Amino acid sequence: MRPNDRKYLKSHEWCKVENGIATLGITDFAVSHLSDLVFLDLPAKGASVTAGESFGEIESVKAVSDLYSPVSGEVVEINKDLPDNLEWLGSDPFAKAWMVKVKVTATSGDLLDAAAYDAHCAAESH
Amino acid sequence: MLKTALENVHIALGARLVPFGGWNMPVQYRPILDEARTVRTRAGLFDLGHMGRVRVRGADAEAFLQKLQTNDVAAIPPGRIRYAMILSDQGLTQDDILVYRNPGNDGFFVVVNAGNTARDLEIMRRTAAGFRDAIVDDQTQQLGMIAIQGPLSQQITQKFCDGDLASLKYYAWMQAKVCGMPMEISRTGYTGEDGFEIYVPKGHEQKVWDAFMNAGAADGLTAIGLGARDTLRHEAGMPLYGHEIDETTNPIEAGLDWAVKFNHDFTGRAALDKVVAAGGTGRKLVGLTSPGKRCPRQGYKIVRGGQEVGQVCSGNISPTLDTNIATAYVRTEFTAPGTTLEFLIKDKTEACTVVALPFYKRSR
Repeated sequence: MRPNDRKYLKSHEWCKVENGIATLGITDFAVSHLSDLVFLDLPAKGASVTAGESFGEIESVKAVSDLYSPVSGEVVEINKDLPDNLEWLGSDPFAKAWMVKVKVTATSGDLLDAAAYDAHCAAESH
Repeated sequence: MLKTALENVHIALGARLVPFGGWNMPVQYRPILDEARTVRTRAGLFDLGHMGRVRVRGADAEAFLQKLQTNDVAAIPPGRIRYAMILSDQGLTQDDILVYRNPGNDGFFVVVNAGNTARDLEIMRRTAAGFRDAIVDDQTQQLGMIAIQGPLSQQITQKFCDGDLASLKYYAWMQAKVCGMPMEISRTGYTGEDGFEIYVPKGHEQKVWDAFMNAGAADGLTAIGLGARDTLRHEAGMPLYGHEIDETTNPIEAGLDWAVKFNHDFTGRAALDKVVAAGGTGRKLVGLTSPGKRCPRQGYKIVRGGQEVGQVCSGNISPTLDTNIATAYVRTEFTAPGTTLEFLIKDKTEACTVVALPFYKRSR
């Protein structure tokens, strides 16, 4: 099972909320399906993000994908080393490859726990 | 979803499989750009079992094909191959195809795109009904198709093929024994490299695949997926149906007029005559390169001075040219090589420059 200290979107982003601050990233499932990552576009510190809407883009050799935010709020920190070290997304998607931290004002109603997200991935693989 | 005879081979090689044209096909076995480099420098092996394969026979086969498609079939010598398009009455592209005249001059063979096979067969049968003796025989399920592409293709294939491959010209085909069995082999491909496409009788696909892998191992031959195939064809300036050409484009604006011969009547001819008489459609397909981090992608708008002047058909990171490449339909006045344009990613613009197609041409 994937880490159960956080919640997931069906679009394969994760968020871990601690003391009103959500850390966002994408899952190993997303990374394996994107493959050959070449570019990551993250919002600037201070930008506002909205639950269910795009907060950035990730580009692979063949396609660009939106990153959907599990929460609404203000971006208070970005992982500024990640765009130059995209291999972290393959090696450590749930920790070192976190993307942004958001001061949460609202949370998506579509969040799954780890077990439900695992089941969603299993269904999508078939 | 349809699967080729080699699906389990791809799974065993660790391929990522995706739906393509109704078939479950390998998109990559390794990083896509590495696969593309292998084909440019050594050789790569492709399962093309998804392509549509149709034999055409009968006393009226030539007349039927003249009506069906844009090239001049009467001018194809036995054993040679031409690129052509099937158009609608409105002159819009229904598919791009290869027409083979049998080496024994006893009929033709047509290879079409997987995603268009059903519609092509419908058009072919409808057109053939207007001729007394034109037989359309779909062989897609009876034949496999395996391609080898890359500079080492001939030396690898010659190890288990008894035909004299050195004497087989580009866009020619012959019958030869492959793994001891009679098969048809053409010097064609979709990568811009030398190479061959082999039409394999059903049930023998894995034997041929394994023969390639064994013969090519020491030369660095590896399996190549559809992802790298797209990168390679794009570098070589070859259109992909659904991108550069589709039901909304005609061959004149696509720069494919070299595959249209106006010396015969074909479906869509009258509409194309009008396009030519009008001096085109006001837009042309161009090549673009962009040096930035962002790659132009299908559907992105092309702008100049804040005005929309075109749209991207395909975009790729080119490992051979080490830049981003794109093809786009652009208003005719902005199509001269060297013209600087921009493409739009959401609300941001990136610089790009018009260049002549193809982006890449191998030295022979």
